[in-house]
Amino acid sequence: MDYNELSITRLKDKLESREITSVGLIEEYFKKIEEYDDSIKAFLTLNKEEALKKAKEVDEKRKNGEELGYLAGIPVAIKDNISTKGLKTTCASNIIKDYIPPFDATVIENLKNADAIIIGKTNLDEFAMGSSTETSAFQTTKNPWDISRVPGGSSGGSAAAVASQMAPFSLGSETGGSVRQPASFCGLVGLKPTYGLVSRYGLIAFASSFDQIGPFTRNVEDAAIVMNVIAGYDKMDSTSVKREKENYLDGLKNDIKGLKIGVPKEYLEGLEGNVKSQMEQVIKTFENLGAEVEMMSLLHSEYGLETYYILAPSEASSNLARFDGIRYGNRASDYNNTEELFVKTRSEGFGEEVKRRIMMGTYCLSSGYYDAYYKKAQEVRTLIKNDFDKAFEKYDILISPTTLSTAFKIGEKNDDPIAMYQSDKLTVGVNIAGVPAISIPCGLSDNMPIGLQIIGKNFDEAKILNAAYNFEKKINFKQTPDLGGVK
Amino acid sequence: MSYKTIIGLEIHSELSTNSKIFCSCTTEYGGDPNTHCCPVCLGLPGSLPVLNEKVVEYGIKAGLAFNSKIANHTKMDRKNYYYPDLVKGYQISQYDKALCEGGYIEVDTENGKKKINLTRIHIEEDTGKSIHSKDGGTLLDYNRAGVPLIEIVSEPDMNSPEEAKQFLEKLKSVLQYIEVSDCKMEEGSLRCDVNINIVDEETGKKSTITEIKNLNSFKSAVKAMEFEQKRHIELLEKGQDTIRETRRYDDLKGETISMRTKEDASDYRYFPEPDIVDMEISNEWIENIRKSLPELPEDKMNRFIKQYDLPEYDAEVLTSSKSLALFYEDTVSHSVDFKTASNLIMGDILRRLKDEDMEIEDIRFSSKEFADLIKLIDSGKISNKIGKKVLREMFEEGKDPNKIVKEKGLIQINDEGEIERIVDETLEENPESIEDYKNGKDRALGFLVGQVMKKTRGKANPGIVNKLISKKLNS
Repeated sequence: MDYNELSITRLKDKLESREITSVGLIEEYFKKIEEYDDSIKAFLTLNKEEALKKAKEVDEKRKNGEELGYLAGIPVAIKDNISTKGLKTTCASNIIKDYIPPFDATVIENLKNADAIIIGKTNLDEFAMGSSTETSAFQTTKNPWDISRVPGGSSGGSAAAVASQMAPFSLGSETGGSVRQPASFCGLVGLKPTYGLVSRYGLIAFASSFDQIGPFTRNVEDAAIVMNVIAGYDKMDSTSVKREKENYLDGLKNDIKGLKIGVPKEYLEGLEGNVKSQMEQVIKTFENLGAEVEMMSLLHSEYGLETYYILAPSEASSNLARFDGIRYGNRASDYNNTEELFVKTRSEGFGEEVKRRIMMGTYCLSSGYYDAYYKKAQEVRTLIKNDFDKAFEKYDILISPTTLSTAFKIGEKNDDPIAMYQSDKLTVGVNIAGVPAISIPCGLSDNMPIGLQIIGKNFDEAKILNAAYNFEKKINFKQTPDLGGVK
Repeated sequence: MSYKTIIGLEIHSELSTNSKIFCSCTTEYGGDPNTHCCPVCLGLPGSLPVLNEKVVEYGIKAGLAFNSKIANHTKMDRKNYYYPDLVKGYQISQYDKALCEGGYIEVDTENGKKKINLTRIHIEEDTGKSIHSKDGGTLLDYNRAGVPLIEIVSEPDMNSPEEAKQFLEKLKSVLQYIEVSDCKMEEGSLRCDVNINIVDEETGKKSTITEIKNLNSFKSAVKAMEFEQKRHIELLEKGQDTIRETRRYDDLKGETISMRTKEDASDYRYFPEPDIVDMEISNEWIENIRKSLPELPEDKMNRFIKQYDLPEYDAEVLTSSKSLALFYEDTVSHSVDFKTASNLIMGDILRRLKDEDMEIEDIRFSSKEFADLIKLIDSGKISNKIGKKVLREMFEEGKDPNKIVKEKGLIQINDEGEIERIVDETLEENPESIEDYKNGKDRALGFLVGQVMKKTRGKANPGIVNKLISKKLNS
């Protein structure tokens, strides 16, 4: 029995039936990590001792019949831009390569309260800025399906860990598609919640009005389970929305007869390989499930990338100003005055892509340019949001491919930042509007997974999970990467 | 040549809320360095600000007290710059939609009352404190980081350092009255920056505005303005001009000194704070706050004039601080003469407080005991002079005046018969003085009165003594 292939639900069964102990399960996962991670390089920091300690506690509690959290004994990998108390959190950057947070992010508190077990921190593009995990200052993570290809980014480590069975689920974060795109490239379920549904407290900020934390899971039901644990109002986050807590397993398995589905035509342009023909199959599948599928338009889609690449770097240029070497993180070793301290620390500590975006953002916010760039982009943001609002007056959900292509080769887009930014084309609209979206595998193209994106209106996670669940059951996509060559 | 001075002030006042503006750390002054901190006010990665509602309430209170218009829609903005005491590399402040717009503070000039207009009042967070260590390094204490501030910006309506001083005093008094700030300039809870320049009224030529920062008392603020005013005039007279710069006042040297030029005005790249949602402030909330405002100094003063039949001068002094006004009203609530109470407070009590560098809250006797003292004096039981003696004792020992008078046997002798006896005795003992008086030396009368007072150890009613001696000398 390969426990690493099991979903959260199946693992829970096996733990509850005492077929395996928590300690045993954790040891299985660390075995897999030892086997594959030299090659995959998904993890930056491992938490073996603490994880085994926690597993022992869970086993004790279970033995004594004490109450246990919903995810008791289930291991989870965490993207390294989410603060974990006492455990190094680096954002894959030299500037805070030894930073140990004195507090847990709220989502981590939620996972701990559910008795989940954190097994390690995963690799990402530096400060979540990238679409391939290649801008990490420490290592490049490989796609388990083909180790010459990228796992996607910025949450590439979290995706690769789950795809290569080193963790049953993981947490990543999105600003412009950094959960959905790696999920698409790695054949996983990846969900970006509605902005404000999951607390950002403890997530090291990239772009405050875009950032959201989301799960990578092996199937849709697991994603619903994780959402039950991490979603909800947090008084420590002013942008967190106060609303009644939902159970995302309710109604998950209802049929979708009569569901009205829109397909934005702008999202079908420039598709590569089998992605377009796969979409045609997808539409047929939904129609077979009883849904009504129709072509429609999200009018201002073409401005999505520009809007995103003005607003996100602007906010980032401000959010990353705190890394000045004064209170924590690296500090340049020789300087003659405060200004030199700042300049040297940041020039040495930040990688190229981070510096590029800080400069772009500073430019867009500066006097004389603010109106033409930042303010204008905010206005276009409203137009894009309105497109979605209008769409959801008519349709229950929208569907599209998650990415234009399957995973590209490592190094392929490194020399051309603009080409790299294009990878976000089909995902950024969702972040701009703040609406929820999920990516699920829908097929293969040249043996690489293709992702289907399902978009819902604000706080309609239940509906997109329900649609995704039905689709998943129907197509029964059972392929997993052949890890034979990975050891 | 006549020159007109133009002064504008920018005041930062720390609000006396219990906790900081974006987290629940205490705002208490002092404490070991970096012990009043948390991830939020240290700006640790991943931390987020949550706005303290009381801060907004206090800001609205201040706006109402200064007659400003309170915004129904307001927001926070980021002001971006790098400095070691600024933990996030930006300050969360307000840029274009300030909490309060307009308003004014009235000052007294020789031409009557003058309105000094305010541009705006907004809320923001304070920075940490830099302390320069002996070895040339800098130490940083972040206890102050995140303490809530209101920034009050005046229009350049003041035309003399004296007007500016009055403005500051009125501002401090009001802020203390409505209890939003304790305004202790020496503790840094009230900071004032000055913008000043001069206009040659004949030619219309204006000197370049200079800024004075880091003033730590009203006194040095006034001295700095006086010096700067003079410096501007001197340069203009020579046909020169000041340069756009920031200066500080050196107390020891008694002059302003250049800190840095303002040529490269910082671009703060203001943009709306995405971590804090916009605020809608209802008229209902504003009205409730307005109702909860205590009586303001101006209104209290006017009421004192009417209710206690006091001259404006008295009313102004008595209402200059809320606690002093309270002490007065408590005193007179025990049915004592309004003017007597006022005189005693303005004279003896305030003088003593000034000498001892005390506040009215520090005195050891109650307003009821003070009222009892007044009653003793007014009823003639003790003389004014004895009264002052008893008051001194009350200050020192905090004892009840009736007790003091009883213990020390200080009751005034009002019995004419008894006094006459002593007067006769004194006159008999001092024939030379009688002779002196008869020869035109009026001072002898005073001497004789003094002798009687001495015999009675000050207890004889001086009025009666005077009357009897005069009568006997003139008979």
